[in-house]
Amino acid sequence: MFMILGYPAPLMFGQLLLGLINGAFYALLSLGLAVIFGMLNIVNFAHGALFMLGAFVAWGLLNFLGVNYWFALLLAPLIVGVFGVLLEKTLIARLYKLDHLYGLLLTFGLALIIEGLARNEFGSSGVPYPIPSLLQGATNLGFMFMPIYRGWVVLASAIMCLITWLIIEKTSIGATLRAATENAPLVQAFGINVPRMITLTYAGGVALAAFAGVLAAPIYSVNPNMGANFIITVFAVVVIGGMGSILGSIVTGFGLGVIEGLTKVFYPQGSSVVIFVVMVIVLLVRPAGLFGKAA
Amino acid sequence: MKLSRRNLIGTAAAAATLPTVAARAQTPTIKIGVLTDLSGPYQDVAGNVAIAAAKQAAEEFGSKGFNIEILSADHQNKPDVGSNVVRQWIDRDGVDLITEVANSGVSLAVAGVAKEKNKAYLPCGPATSDLTGTACNANTVHWVYDTYMLAKSTGGAMVKAGGDTWFFITADYAFGHALTRDVTGFVEGAGGKVLGGVRTPFPGTTDFSSFLLQAQASGAKVIGLANAGADTINTIKQAREFGITQKLGGLLVFLSDVHSLGLDVCQGLVLTESFYWDMNAGTRAFSERIKAKAPSKRPTMVQAGTYSAVLHYLKVANAMGAAEAKKDGAATIARIKATPVEDDCFGKGTIRADGRKLHPSYLFEVKKPSESKYAWDYYKLLATTPAEDAFRPLAQGGCPLIKT
Repeated sequence: MFMILGYPAPLMFGQLLLGLINGAFYALLSLGLAVIFGMLNIVNFAHGALFMLGAFVAWGLLNFLGVNYWFALLLAPLIVGVFGVLLEKTLIARLYKLDHLYGLLLTFGLALIIEGLARNEFGSSGVPYPIPSLLQGATNLGFMFMPIYRGWVVLASAIMCLITWLIIEKTSIGATLRAATENAPLVQAFGINVPRMITLTYAGGVALAAFAGVLAAPIYSVNPNMGANFIITVFAVVVIGGMGSILGSIVTGFGLGVIEGLTKVFYPQGSSVVIFVVMVIVLLVRPAGLFGKAA
Repeated sequence: MKLSRRNLIGTAAAAATLPTVAARAQTPTIKIGVLTDLSGPYQDVAGNVAIAAAKQAAEEFGSKGFNIEILSADHQNKPDVGSNVVRQWIDRDGVDLITEVANSGVSLAVAGVAKEKNKAYLPCGPATSDLTGTACNANTVHWVYDTYMLAKSTGGAMVKAGGDTWFFITADYAFGHALTRDVTGFVEGAGGKVLGGVRTPFPGTTDFSSFLLQAQASGAKVIGLANAGADTINTIKQAREFGITQKLGGLLVFLSDVHSLGLDVCQGLVLTESFYWDMNAGTRAFSERIKAKAPSKRPTMVQAGTYSAVLHYLKVANAMGAAEAKKDGAATIARIKATPVEDDCFGKGTIRADGRKLHPSYLFEVKKPSESKYAWDYYKLLATTPAEDAFRPLAQGGCPLIKT
């Protein structure tokens, strides 16, 4: 058996693949954050809570209404997106003129409230959510045993990332959106309803979080803390990628997933810290992040 | 003073209040602090139901010439937060007994505070056997279970069944380290071998698949899960997903974990507890009584233990006089150790000089979905280890209280 850095090759390939899978979640979550920050200038700390909400909505749909995974994948982001509209209209919209810090405090508070309520209702061990029957089982890739569902996760997030990137960078809606962030009054003068566009952007970002939540439901325990575990890492991903950079968050999400995966082999204890070490180094060398434009 | 009607009424009224004021000053209040996890991975293992169990014990004990007050707080799984809460409880609120404290790291910190302030400490949730080993003190009785008990029962049974090579997935803090150490002792003692292990960051690890693949690559027959709560749930779930065929040694699995995972995923898992709600008439009666406070749940061994510990403390406080019990934590603990324990949850038990509460440990297997007849019907009993053999022999713990 040939070895890579003293470890059997199959093990290393397996770890790389696992890194990519976790990276898919990082990419999807940080993408939503980047969209929201890029367009609204709000650091959405409630993102993890909304990710969790997505998973719980999927669970509720299945257990109370018998709605299966595939429809949940569509419905849960919609439901959480509507909730996002509500949040934006009633609370977040009032903060655009203020310092970033207020948005951060508000969304952080929202996250604590949403997670606290969920903990009261569901406890911390969470609820079971089965893998959809179509994606059950696994295939032997030769170097590792690959659950089909995990493959689907990578595929689904890659597609979703691509679609989001295309919409924002290549369509006329995206162009107006980007213009509105540069100069809102001017875009409004062209007769475009900018506040509504901002609301929908927030809803879109939040829906991405919920989508990731539904994807995560069958493999992680669906519990109220599931978002809190992710959110700090995801923020680091966004910072490393460059705040507000769409491409940056996608590439960094996948990349850091792989780096974290490898750390789990070489120095498992450090796997929760390695992303922050990378963040420190990146900030020292490129303060605006890998893909960010210096202000 | 001229005797007027107003003065007379005033004096009478004042006199009427006097005896009650005096009586109130004489009635001591025993204050019990339930320090638990209300927001993290052990919330369902202990949490609100543990607080309810302490209240249940106080209600059943009733009024015996002193008041009982139950306080509760969240330690957030942080030793500094936990010991600060306990300091405030003792210094500001006059708390006499601290109990529960699910989380070994927090629990070891609190043991130090209890000793320093000379208060009674009855940990129920933490697992580390160091509480009655190198970190033992005269103010602490470790109530429900410990890593040695789990290691001997689950670890011993798995080695006997042919699982002689092990790989550990260890939560990287006091509890995980203690559990890994104790199980390693049993595996090697029985002629088995530990092939390797990983330490996973705690809390905050959600994906265990990477560690599971390393365990698989090691070729070990058994993967020992030296973690608990949500971590164990994630590990078991992902082991099934990745088709891991090695035996999983769930070294600390609680009823609440099995409930969360579902029997589909959990069936066949072998685990050890010192309490199961459906064990006998006593445990069923207790579970029925606590239902009013936690309708949708069945108590875990930690929650039942909190009931048992608080009840025993109150009995002893009553026997020695509440005022005496408030004065000296170590003296109260000495009486607690000298008094035989009996309650619905754990039956008859004793407490050893090093602060180890002794009762039998039970090896269970999780039922198949088809075997489960009613809600929460999850375990079948495989074996019972009698109280005198369930825990680490007194001489081996290295407890400074024991002169060898």
